[in-house]
Amino acid sequence: MQTKRTIFPNKLLPYALLAPQLAVTLIFFIWPAAQAVKSSFEREDPFGFRTTFIWFENYTRLFSEPGYLNSLTKTAIFAVSVTLLSMSLSLLLAVAVNRVLKSNRAYTTLLVWPYAVAPVVVGILWWFMFNPTIGIAPYMLRGLGIDWNHRVDGNQAMILVVIAASWKQISYNFLFFVAGLQSVPQSLNEAAAIDGAGPFKRFWTIVFPLLSPTTFFLLIVNINYAMFDTFGLIDATTNGGPNQATNILVYKVYADGFLGLNIGSSAAQSVVLMLIVIALTAIQFRYIERRVQY
Amino acid sequence: MVENRPWLSLLTHLVLIVGVVVVVFPVYLAFIASTHGSGDFMRGLVPLLPGPHMLENYGRMLTQGISTAGAPPVSIMLMNSTIIAIVIAVGKIAISLLSAYAIVFFKFPFRLLAFWTIFITLMLPVEVRIIPTFAVVANLGLLNSYVGLTLPLIASATATFLFRQFFLTVPDELMEAARVDGAGPMKFFRDILLPLSRTNIAALFVILFIYGWVQYLWPLLVTTDSRYYTVVMGIKRLAATADSEPLWNLVMASVILAMLPPVLVVIFMQRLFVKGLVDTEK
Repeated sequence: MQTKRTIFPNKLLPYALLAPQLAVTLIFFIWPAAQAVKSSFEREDPFGFRTTFIWFENYTRLFSEPGYLNSLTKTAIFAVSVTLLSMSLSLLLAVAVNRVLKSNRAYTTLLVWPYAVAPVVVGILWWFMFNPTIGIAPYMLRGLGIDWNHRVDGNQAMILVVIAASWKQISYNFLFFVAGLQSVPQSLNEAAAIDGAGPFKRFWTIVFPLLSPTTFFLLIVNINYAMFDTFGLIDATTNGGPNQATNILVYKVYADGFLGLNIGSSAAQSVVLMLIVIALTAIQFRYIERRVQY
Repeated sequence: MVENRPWLSLLTHLVLIVGVVVVVFPVYLAFIASTHGSGDFMRGLVPLLPGPHMLENYGRMLTQGISTAGAPPVSIMLMNSTIIAIVIAVGKIAISLLSAYAIVFFKFPFRLLAFWTIFITLMLPVEVRIIPTFAVVANLGLLNSYVGLTLPLIASATATFLFRQFFLTVPDELMEAARVDGAGPMKFFRDILLPLSRTNIAALFVILFIYGWVQYLWPLLVTTDSRYYTVVMGIKRLAATADSEPLWNLVMASVILAMLPPVLVVIFMQRLFVKGLVDTEK
């Protein structure tokens, strides 16, 4: 790994410099993670007196449990929908801002601030808008003949959390798409325009392919966001319900472990989640090594 | 602009205006709700224009809170959130600066191991190790304390990487010159490296302040004493009154108060915010 050509000769100082970071990492990250891995292989008796090593039983039980399989499916649906919805809206807005010459700073400011809104607050905002008794959205939907009640209808609950989660993520995607668009060489666009390509053709044949590194990066980030950063949002809107319809993995691991006190199962779920984050991070870092390009 | 197409320009603005409306509308609605009296929600539909009770609602939430819902005054929670967000941001920056400095400017056994240990934290968000982390904090007696709220979140791989990248771009000659002039490692760090990192530190501070402010799951787990509630988790308690409809006007007043500080940070420090966001993801 890279260092400087010349370095300081001190022997102990670097350890002292690293100590605070490593201490926090070991005590609050590595140790608990190791504990989770350990208890995922164990069963605790109901009174917590004895733990037995049971190999993969927690895992086999987990993957044969309909509730968990349901949660996996719901997480996949949720993550894919949020990613697609949020990224396509952001791309549209980014392309639009990139075309505007004078007022783009004002538009950017108006579009980026939701980044700073906490997911749980986002949840409350949309929960209020879609509240079946007083919300404005159900009122308008009733005009269209749709009866909105996400407390009863699982699909509607899923739609609600997808919209809310996408809304928050637009600002982030938008900023990265704008940065990506600005790095597309203007000369290519001009050359294509001279050859008679219209704006839509130019976008799909030149700009969009050149944007692929950004798009791919955002794809991973968004899946990561939808899977792990939306706990507060779910907690504020649906609590995983109705009837498990929005019980995504991070919510389930909390509900089973913290509220249901099923330590073994919760630990196994934690380990599965860790594997997912590790996979996503690995993909993300590989991508940084060699970018997707045409 | 490659060519002039008035219709397309019109469409562009239309798209942007619709986008802005979609982004702003939920918050507008919340603001409107926070200016009405509690009776105005009985009629079955949320009002769309401001009402006369704004000062009353905000004043009540700031000074009294809603004791029946177990929510302390919002001013206390805002104070807690500010303290926690600042401690987390400063803590992360401080320990990351030190560890990046050690990794870049020194050679020592286990350097690679240390680097990877820090790297692994990227892969272990709180959400995936809830119970054991809670157990550690409980065993250390840190529940219901500022230390328990902040310390476990302070490790930062991204900040360490960012500073490492930046330190690698600092010319070697600077350090050689400093050594020739007799500066020790800490003097070099304090008088040369820190001033050079100023912009990076500021940009990172903006991002990490927001990160600290929006924390929800962690404060939810480690605080049961309402004196330590942060505003983001306190709101949830307000909204989750199980037996009755929440007091919408008061809930929304606290929602607006909870959003305002980090949103203002983003709006007024937009340049630093964008830099921080783009840098931390590289």
